[in-house]
Amino acid sequence: MKKNKTPKPLNFSTGWDYAPAPESTDHIKLEKQYDLFIGGKFVKPSGGKYFDTINPATEKKLASIAIAETKDVDKAVQAARKAYDTVWGKMPGAERSKYIFRIARMIQERAREFSVIESMDGGKPIRESRDIDIPLAANHFFYYAGWADKLNYAFPNRKPSSLGVAAQIIPWNFPLLMAAWKIAPALATGNTVVLKPAETTPLTALKLAELIRDSGLPDGVVNIITGAGNTGAAMVGHTGVDKIAFTGSTDVGKLIQKSIAGTNKKLTLELGGKAANIIFEDAPLDQAVEGIINGIFFNQGHVCCAGSRLFIQENVADIVIRKLKQRMETLIIGDPLDKNTDIGAINSKEQLQTILKYIQIGKNEGADIYQSSCSMPAKGFFCKPTLFLNTSQSHRIVQEEIFGPVLTIQTFRTIEEVIEKANNIPYGLSAGVWTDKGSKIFNLTSRLRAGVVWANTYNKFDPTSPFGGYKESGFGREGGLHGLMPYLKF
Amino acid sequence: MTQDRKKIVFHHYESTSFSEPGNANKLFFPFYCLNSLVRNSFTFAYSTNQMTTFKIPDFTKSPTIDQVGIEERVARFNTRSIKKESKVKGLKLILNMIDLTTLEGKDTEGKVKQMCYKAMHLHDILPDLPTVAAVCVYPPMVRAAKQALLNSKVKVASVATAFPSGQSTRQVKLLDTRYAVEEGADEIDMVISRGEYLKGNYNFVFDEIAAVKQACGPARLKVIFETGELSTLDNIRRISDLAMYAGADFIKTSTGKISPAATMPVTLVMLEAIRDFYFTTGKMIGMKPAGGISTAKSGLQYLVMLRETLGNDWLSNEWFRFGASSLANDVLMQLVKEKTGVYQSKDYFSAD
Repeated sequence: MKKNKTPKPLNFSTGWDYAPAPESTDHIKLEKQYDLFIGGKFVKPSGGKYFDTINPATEKKLASIAIAETKDVDKAVQAARKAYDTVWGKMPGAERSKYIFRIARMIQERAREFSVIESMDGGKPIRESRDIDIPLAANHFFYYAGWADKLNYAFPNRKPSSLGVAAQIIPWNFPLLMAAWKIAPALATGNTVVLKPAETTPLTALKLAELIRDSGLPDGVVNIITGAGNTGAAMVGHTGVDKIAFTGSTDVGKLIQKSIAGTNKKLTLELGGKAANIIFEDAPLDQAVEGIINGIFFNQGHVCCAGSRLFIQENVADIVIRKLKQRMETLIIGDPLDKNTDIGAINSKEQLQTILKYIQIGKNEGADIYQSSCSMPAKGFFCKPTLFLNTSQSHRIVQEEIFGPVLTIQTFRTIEEVIEKANNIPYGLSAGVWTDKGSKIFNLTSRLRAGVVWANTYNKFDPTSPFGGYKESGFGREGGLHGLMPYLKF
Repeated sequence: MTQDRKKIVFHHYESTSFSEPGNANKLFFPFYCLNSLVRNSFTFAYSTNQMTTFKIPDFTKSPTIDQVGIEERVARFNTRSIKKESKVKGLKLILNMIDLTTLEGKDTEGKVKQMCYKAMHLHDILPDLPTVAAVCVYPPMVRAAKQALLNSKVKVASVATAFPSGQSTRQVKLLDTRYAVEEGADEIDMVISRGEYLKGNYNFVFDEIAAVKQACGPARLKVIFETGELSTLDNIRRISDLAMYAGADFIKTSTGKISPAATMPVTLVMLEAIRDFYFTTGKMIGMKPAGGISTAKSGLQYLVMLRETLGNDWLSNEWFRFGASSLANDVLMQLVKEKTGVYQSKDYFSAD
């Protein structure tokens, strides 16, 4: 029997290419300068200081953003307190729900504008901001609007009541969506809010402030202030705050927890992750490959629940890796506003440097690197989709959160082995399991120490489903009925 | 002409009359009349000097398919935005991949001739238009089509093997095939015995395809699964594997007589099977979705799916066809619109 020649790889580079299809920005209205949204009005920062927010794909400035000093934070907390005491805390749930519902509707009406700004300010592809971020943000408001008058039924015989003022600090990876995750349940449960978006991506939160002002929500119920770490620290340290909700890095989460020790402040943390995505031999392999792609390259890998540690059963590893490399060749990297772009810009120069640092560490550690051969834009912060093959639990790139489009691949032989390795990490936010066997899925979901386990899919979000971590990935749940609890006392 | 055809039929009848159904295999392909169960390798001869040998896998172990995942992948293909020059290029490619089809009981030579003229002259007002890839007709229409298409590159494909139900004996199916080939068909579109497949009689279906392939001689063989009758994507993956190993040159979704006909999820499963087969054997197999694709937009979506699953090497009518009758005019309408900026009414496009 003659051995067949190895077939040449599939050709994705020459032939029929897609012409640029950029989303228009004509309809976008951005101010030159944005102030702080306190008490229903935009007010100048007390220190008079501003910083620039830029488009990471072009490195061009988009707007000047106010820096909130301690004085401004105090003003915002007082506005929120006043709104809580005089209006919002007393308002019947059914009335609150009407306001929240109106915000949801207005986000839907202005979805296109929000999507384009989200992609300009954060670098994520318009396909994702248009199809995922913005619709999901609206859905969160819709969902929690429905709970506002049903809290007694959500927790029968426990008489839930609101906490007061919530200080909320959100990250740069899903700017508007994280604002919705935070604001919607807080309002539904009768709390008022001081929210700070991340310094690299403040624009959609400030557009949301405009929308909230236009919606007629009573003044001071939602206050949105901007700034960097110092502003956040002032919010956390403020004595008038009853509740802190933070999404961001594990390091900052630890600092927050230390700084509020001994106070009465309630806390929820949604921190980092380093999720295992596990492919068994009996998985539908082509669909699993798609799940690997969605797991690690969604939003340039800037996802706390990204499936960044891939485990493939050894007997199908070669096939899966071949398919994965092929699929990576079809990913289009470039202008986030182009409708055909799969992978946009890295959020900031600092983050790009962090990712590149880890890629270097991986190379130094001797792992085999593979990057797709795609063309890269000349300007802006971009990173090629990257695989590291032949890694082990002892590699730093396997242990530490990279928060970029970098996937480490390990193989395993038995189910016990993969469970041990999957759990062998300080994080525990999410995991993915790919198999054709239902019993295997249930076995793993109960033994993996992760807050969310996806089976035969990855990175699926829904307002009705609780989300949150184990171990150093944080505590408290957002979304679903569980997402109400951190904003209530009983 | 009628006289000739009778002769040919008679010739075939004679040549096969000595075979009883059970003996068919032995007569035509003695090398795998061995018990199908112990058969484990199969040799293909593409030409006299090129032989490829590979193991026949256990088709009950074909990969499983996750329907939700397939549908998500398809949805993602459909978010691709095809504009300007890539749209024009894509639309022309679609025209060049069409198997212009008429498969009706009331077909006549006259109707077929008219369609063949259209196949070569899609819309003469527009310069630089390609012809379609082929016309697809019933076997008795092959000769008329062949004559009408003389001096053109348009191929003649003929359905065969008791199309569309496939409910007949092996003997009749082989006769049908040989008749179409001798009439001049360049390509044969056969249907599989779906009943036997659903009974689990995979060896029967394998032998059937291999036998028809043998009967095709130089003609390329397209194997129609009638995916609307097989219902699950797992089934579609399994029959794709089986047909390719049995000798199909093309795999094809549907007859167009059953709804649903071609869909993107079904086509994606088949494209992925072709990709795996290519990496296992080195052999390229063609794909033909047929029935239900009638708009230029969905045509472009199929092209996107093809390009991102199998790559640019498959982007020609040697490896991809659309089985369609009304797709061409919608594509032409879009091409005119790209040129003039306005849509014309349907009456500006010929209805052959």
